Order: sequence, then structure tokens, then C-alpha cells
Amino acid sequence: MERFYTFFFVAGLGCFGIAFLLSMVFPWMSLNEYHGMDYQTLEQLAATPSAEFVELQQSYPVRFEEVYPGGVTSENYAKALQLGRDLYIGQACFHCHSQFVRVVSNEQQRWGPPSEAYEYMNALNQPHLWGTRRVGPDVARLKGRHTNDWHIAHFINPKNVVPYSVMPAYAYYFDADGTPHEEGFALIAYLQWLGTTYNPTH
Amino acid sequence: MAHAVAPPLPSDGKPLVSYTIIRMHLIAAVVCMLISMTAGFLYSLQFLGYYPFPDSELFSPGHIRLFHTNMAAYGWLVNGFTAVAYYVIPRLTGYRVLGEKLAHLIFWVWQLILVLTLVGFCLNKAQAIEWGETPTGFRPGTFEMNYVPIDLLIVVGAVLLIFQFFTPLFKARDQKFYVTLWYFTSGFIWLALTYLMGNIIPEWVLPGAAGAAVTGLFIHDLVGLYVTPMGWGLMYFFVPMILRKPIWSHSLSVIGFWALAFFYPLGGVHHFLISPIPDYVEFGAISTTIAIEVVVTTVVVNFFMTLRGKWSALYTNMGIRWFYAGAVFYFLTCFQCAFQVTWTFQKVIHFTDWVVGHAHMIMFGTFSFWLYGSIDWLWPRIVKREWYSTALKSWHFWLSTIGITVMFLTLTMSGLIVGFMQKGLNPWSDMITSSYPFWIVRTFSGGMFIVGLMCGMYNMWMTARSTKEYDEEAHYIALDAK
Ligand code: HEC
Repeated sequence: MERFYTFFFVAGLGCFGIAFLLSMVFPWMSLNEYHGMDYQTLEQLAATPSAEFVELQQSYPVRFEEVYPGGVTSENYAKALQLGRDLYIGQACFHCHSQFVRVVSNEQQRWGPPSEAYEYMNALNQPHLWGTRRVGPDVARLKGRHTNDWHIAHFINPKNVVPYSVMPAYAYYFDADGTPHEEGFALIAYLQWLGTTYNPTH
Repeated sequence: MAHAVAPPLPSDGKPLVSYTIIRMHLIAAVVCMLISMTAGFLYSLQFLGYYPFPDSELFSPGHIRLFHTNMAAYGWLVNGFTAVAYYVIPRLTGYRVLGEKLAHLIFWVWQLILVLTLVGFCLNKAQAIEWGETPTGFRPGTFEMNYVPIDLLIVVGAVLLIFQFFTPLFKARDQKFYVTLWYFTSGFIWLALTYLMGNIIPEWVLPGAAGAAVTGLFIHDLVGLYVTPMGWGLMYFFVPMILRKPIWSHSLSVIGFWALAFFYPLGGVHHFLISPIPDYVEFGAISTTIAIEVVVTTVVVNFFMTLRGKWSALYTNMGIRWFYAGAVFYFLTCFQCAFQVTWTFQKVIHFTDWVVGHAHMIMFGTFSFWLYGSIDWLWPRIVKREWYSTALKSWHFWLSTIGITVMFLTLTMSGLIVGFMQKGLNPWSDMITSSYPFWIVRTFSGGMFIVGLMCGMYNMWMTARSTKEYDEEAHYIALDAK
């Protein structure tokens, strides 16, 4: 028993394989079965640009036209969402913010309805950004919680808006007068998108 | 004992083990550890409002946080464990690793991976997989490259390691393997498989909640199926050798190994409890996690029974002291697991500093301690010099031990406070302001690790430069006399 092949095949491949199958196949099967979930691609998600995206264009028409020639289109919105998500990952926002509301600890009162699996069946949640640490609040239902202006002020220096904040400043994504760069637009578009896939009648 | 474990040496006169490569890996390991700790320290300053580069995009706190964890895992632990494997596997099998040139190739591939990973983090190329943030190199959902595909490089690195070490293991396939080799054989396969699974499936195949189950498994397997087996493997090698007595119970070793192999990976989903992952999958993970604590106890008991009658080694041998301090932290962490995995605890402590304390106790308090202990044994033999200073060794040990104890306590306390505040619907400001004092203590305890590590590194450096030749015989006479 205590030989090479045992540890190679039984432990190395076998035990790993069993756990992998159980942790992959079961959740995947029952999620599909009970939630009947359709996967949404980025194009589908971005089909109708959000009101906040339109507002960004109205507030900063010149810069917006430079960054997104053609104005508010689904393609530009898709581009913004993708870059926003990339930055959210690249700047490790997901290590300070979670993206799911649990049914415990009164989280519904704080942030809104508990998250459900179907909300994550889309390109902007592949891989998911649930996070494991909440230094800042959960952002799963962020859309509409704050205005664009609030976000800009907050990114430039969080302490100006929320004095106790320990969130880093991201002033380098904005001009001194608050005009966003491409990254600034993208982050705000992405944050104002979070929670869109929730459907109260689901 | 030390001589008896190894079968007859190859007779062609070439050495069984290359010390150069071990030295390279050990140096790389401690350098990575220093980078990792410094990054962690800087990140903790962000929480106190004293982050030194607030205006830098390249070195933003988020990037530094990625430096911290990835350098600890892929820099310090992988380099360290590889060094140990180079020392241990040929000795236990009696065969050399595949090749000296391959060894250098692997070394440089891993260091290249590390450098490119750090550069990738600075350029916002991280991947959304905790502990596996190493860049995929592809634009999401496409096969367009936007950076070096580090994930694939890591898999290549892991496969090269398999070729390197499975040559002696395979040649020795007719031998009865010693416990260490059980862990090492499986550990290297698990590393490659885990990495492949965790970085491919959620990224390309399964979105959302189903993918989350796999990323949970990935976080878990990386610690449980790579770091833990390598750690226990080296414990089973070094402890009996230093104590010059066999492990107390062979059956307990067998139980420990197979229970780890079977139960451990089943608990993966417990990183995302009370989430959109189906409840019955969560319950499965919770119960196997609790089951594993029983087994952990058998392993720890086995080691402490081995120490029986040789307690004085804790005073006289620094290696043993590191190993057993690590084992105590291991037991504490695992004991904690059995409780915190339940929904009752999860409600309160998930998302808080409690988890951060838990992670530090296992990654630093246990596995890093065990590597420090291995370095204590290996370094004088590798550089063939006596340790330069015993006092520095003590400083390293006590600063690390007191540091991790304080860090664990402070983070656990702030985790509990914040957890209950979250439940009590306190405003978010309360959670930040009430954590603040604990975060100050956390920064100081982290500083203690760094100073400790610097003592250790300085000691290694001075040892390598000293003129006092290492005398194996004298070492053993001294050990036995005590
Ligand atoms: C060091 C941890 C940390 C990092 C990194 C971090 N944040 Fe925060 N964030 C916080 C804290 C703490 C708060 C709560 C205080 C505040 O509003 O500033 C917060 C608040 C927020 C809020 C307001 C949420 C609300 O409900 O009011 C948003 C939006 C936000 N962060 C977005 C981001 C984005 C986007 C990133 C990455 C570019 C990011 N954060 C990175 C800690 C962090």
C-alpha cells in the first residue's frame, strides 16, 4: 500500500477528483435545475445604457466624446463596464468590498434583498466578485445608492465625503476639477451597474 | 536515524543532492518573504491613514495587498518547500532528481513568474480569484492576449517540478515509502491540478455561483492540498531526525494522511457560506470540515507523543522549537475551524478581521514557522558553516511568536466586535472607528515579524560568510549529550 502508485493515483488523482466533481457538478446541476438560469453576455447586459451613464455624458460632454466617440451607445457602455470591472479587480477593490447580501446579520435591512444565484449568471460575474472581506460596505446593490458626483468626490478623496473612511484615494483617475479619465468613467459606470441584474419578480 | 533513513547512495561518486540549488531557493524564499511582509505592513498603514504612496497608481494599496498574499504563497512557500524537497526526496529514495540544468531552469522560471506577476499587479492585470490573482494574460472571455499568461506559466512550472521530483519517486516505486514521501508525492500533483482547476474553470467555464464553489475549492486546496502536505511532509522528516527517535505511531500517520487526502478537499465550499451556493452543498462542506478536525488532532497527538521524553529539545534545538510552536498554532487554527465553519459563527465573523487573524495564524504561525525550522536545520549544512549567532535565532523566534500571538488576538477581537456591530445595524463608521485601536496593534505585531525575519536573514548572511566550519559529528554528540 505505501508505494508510489497509491499516492499518485489514489490520493493524488483520486481524492482530488472526487472533491472536484462534488464541488463542481452538484452546485452546477442544481443551480441550473432550480433557477433555470440563462447566461447573459456582455452585449446583452449593455444593451440599454444606464441613466447614470447618460448623465456622465451630459455632465462631461467634451471628455466623454474623446473617450467614447459616438456618445452613449451599447458598445461604449459595454466597453465602460468591462474596463470598470477590470479596474475593480486590478485595484483589488474586491478584497475590501463584498458583492453578496446574505440572509443573516440583518443584511437585508442594510443593503436590500438577499442575493440569489441567477443574478450572477452573466459575463460580468465570471469569475464572481463575491469577496471575503468587508472593510467597506457590500456593493452588490450599489446602483442608485449614490449619485455620480458623490462617486467622483469620493474617489478623489474618500475622506472629503466620509471623514472616517480608510478607503484609498483614486484621484489619478480624475482631473483636478473632477472630470473623469477613461478609468473614472468606467469605474462609475460599473459601480452604477451593480444590482441591475436583480429582478424583484423572479 | 539520520543516516539510516537513506538507502545506499549512488556509487558514481556524484553527490546525491545539489546544495547550490537549495541555497538559491532558500535565498529566494526569504527575500520573497521580506517583500511579502513589507507589503503587508504597508497595506496595514493604509488602515491607519499613513499609507506612504497615496498618489501612486502603480503602488496603490490594492496592488500592495496583492503583492502581500501572492509573494507569501508563490514566493516564500513554493521556493521554501522546493528547497526542502531537493534535500529530502533524494535522501529518502536514494535517487537523484532528474537534472541539475532542469533545476536551474525551474528556479528561474519561478522567479520570472514572480517578477512578472508583480509587474502585472502594478498594471492592473490581476485576476478575480482570491489567492490566484496571478494574471491570466487574456482579455476576459476571449483568447486575445493582453499580458503574459502567468497562470499557464505557473502550471508549466508545477509540471516541471513534477518531472524533476517524480524521477526519483518513480525510480523508488518498489520501495515502501516513508510518510514524508506520501505527502510530497501527492502534494506536487495536487499543486498542478489545483492551480489548473482554480484558474481555468471559474474564468472560462462556470460563471457566478457555480464558479464560486470552484474558487472556494481552489482557495482551500491550495492551502490544504499543497501547503499542508508539504508542511507535514517536512515535519515528518525533520522531527524524528533531529530527535533521533521514530514517530510515535505509524497507524496515526496513516490515518492522518488518508483523512487529509479524502476529507480536506471536500470542505472547499466553506469559504462562501450562506451564499447563493445551494445549502446542501454548504452542509456537506461544513460537516467534512468538522470531521477533519478530529483527524488533525490525531496528527498533533502523534507529534507530541513523539516528543515525550525529549521535551528538553524545545530548549536546546531551535528547529524543534519552531516545529512544535508551529504545531501548537496548527492545532489552535484547526480547532478554531471546527467552530467558525458553522453558520452560527459565520453569521457574525465572516467578512471581518477574525478571518484575517485565522489566515495569518495558519500561514505564518504554522507553515512559515515550519519553514523557518527547516532553514535552521538546512542552512548550516548547505553553506557548511556553524550558525553565526544563537541570540539572533532567539530574537527571530520570539519576535515571530509573540508577534503572531498578538496579531491573532487583536484581529480576532476586532472581528468579533465588528461582526456584532454589523448584526446590530450600527452605522459603518462605528465599525471603522472601533477597529482602529486593533489595527494599530496589528501594524506593530506585523512589524515584529519583519524585525524577526531581518534578524534571521542577517544571521543567515553572517553564517554564510563566517569561517567556522560546520561539524556534523560535533552537532550530534552535542544533541545526544543533552
Ligand atoms: C482598503 C480597503 C478599500 C479598498 C481597497 C477600496 N475600498 Fe471602497 N470603501 C472602503 C471603506 C472603508 C468604505 C466605507 C467608507 C467610505 O464610504 O469611504 C468604502 C466605501 C466605498 C463605496 C461607498 C459604498 C457605500 O455603500 O456607501 C464605494 C462605491 C466604494 N468604496 C468603491 C470602491 C472601489 C470602486 C474601489 C476600488 C477602485 C474601492 N472601493 C476600494 C474601503 C476600501
